[in-house]
Amino acid sequence: MAKENLLYSKDHEWVRREGDAVVIGVTDYAQHELGDVVFVDLPAAGKELKKGDPAANIESVKAVSDVYSPVTGKVTEANAKLGDSPELVNQDPFGEGWIFKMSVEQVSELDELMDLKKYEEYLKGIAGE
Amino acid sequence: MKKTKINEAHYLLKGKMVEFCGWDLPVQYSGVNTEHVAVRTTGGIFDVSHMGEIWFRGREALRAVQHLISNDASKLAPGRIQYAGLLTENGCFVDDLLVYMIRENEYLLVVNAANVEKDFLWMKKHTAGFDVQLEDRSEEYSQIAVQGPVAEKLLQEFTEIDLQPMGYYHFAQGRVQGMDAIVSRTGYTGEDGFEIYFKSDAAAASKLFLDLAGKGEKYDALPAGLGARDTLRLEAKMALYGNDIDDSHTVLEADLGWILKLRKEEPFIGQEALARQKQEGIRRKLVGFELLDKGIARHGYPIRVDGRAFGAVTSGTFAPFLKKPIGLAYLPAEHCAVGDEFQIAIREKTASARIVETPFYKRNK
Repeated sequence: MAKENLLYSKDHEWVRREGDAVVIGVTDYAQHELGDVVFVDLPAAGKELKKGDPAANIESVKAVSDVYSPVTGKVTEANAKLGDSPELVNQDPFGEGWIFKMSVEQVSELDELMDLKKYEEYLKGIAGE
Repeated sequence: MKKTKINEAHYLLKGKMVEFCGWDLPVQYSGVNTEHVAVRTTGGIFDVSHMGEIWFRGREALRAVQHLISNDASKLAPGRIQYAGLLTENGCFVDDLLVYMIRENEYLLVVNAANVEKDFLWMKKHTAGFDVQLEDRSEEYSQIAVQGPVAEKLLQEFTEIDLQPMGYYHFAQGRVQGMDAIVSRTGYTGEDGFEIYFKSDAAAASKLFLDLAGKGEKYDALPAGLGARDTLRLEAKMALYGNDIDDSHTVLEADLGWILKLRKEEPFIGQEALARQKQEGIRRKLVGFELLDKGIARHGYPIRVDGRAFGAVTSGTFAPFLKKPIGLAYLPAEHCAVGDEFQIAIREKTASARIVETPFYKRNK
């Protein structure tokens, strides 16, 4: 997966554009922080989300964390494979471990996300804290 | 933050460090699931130096211990260990602990890290009239737990103590990697295993931990952190102070009647309240549950029984070896039978749970 072509949120989600829709997952940093993922509570197709709404929950052995919607739009599909294999989030966070797809109402909202270079700088900032 | 003498080893082994009860300790090295399964199938090595060690010495050491604890320490012989409650007047927990009988008139009480100071003050206050000297030696002692089916073979490579004949809840004194140590067949995982108490400088303590981890490779044993320690103890339904037992739940409510010896010779703190409760019956009891819906019911999630709020989950996790969500909770006495169902609020959703037999996991002996 070409991480260069993805956009990133401060909550460690990645966003990939697919025409008018986006695919959303969590970054390698996020899966590492979560530890072993054992259950992903996925959003139903058709669910309307505002930017910043909690869209999914990822349960790891250690903790639960929210996946936030990076844009405003409607869920079109959730990754059904995670039902039986939640560990895909750990094993292949940028690929088979994707979480959900959604339509985008305002494409301009994507501009507020970070590119890879900015995200890497953001991670350095976190590590330095 | 306090550091155990093994601290350096955790960084060398790339442990993921967190603050726990004021200590800088690893929550995991390779991953909670991996470490958990290693302990069930091969072995795990834990730094548990944050635990407290309090010594009782003197002519009335036994009387003092008996006055403080729920179990009957007069049944102990040198080299034997007992699990017990340190109780309030109401029969609730100040802490839970292990009592080691070192020799006549000398006992070692091993207490929880979070409670060392509180326990020591409590013990001093309530044994003031006895001929006994109490000494908190927690800072001096390191403690390593070697747990799992390979524990005996692995640890045997480091000690002259013959481990094979040592029974569960027995201990011996001898040398481990050249250092004087107490080695007991005890643990907090539900597996066979040992706990080693020793005094040394940081270099020697770290070296022992690293050497155990190194030799452990041969047996597929792994260094393991606090994350696996918690999931392992929960699968084995071992109570965690601050979660499942505390100063507002009694020994009987915690379903730990087996550590309550109401008829022992020395009167003890909490005895009257518990004798009364035993006669009147308990109103709630700690039970184990499995979640019937997907998700994890964690500590503090609210419970409803027949539509009415009733406390919260005390401990809950996804059990890595059993591969299902499990937990513990206090439920009403009229609603605490195996098979009974109740509801848990998991954030905005409601999940169903069913009471099951415990321990959730029991090893084959």
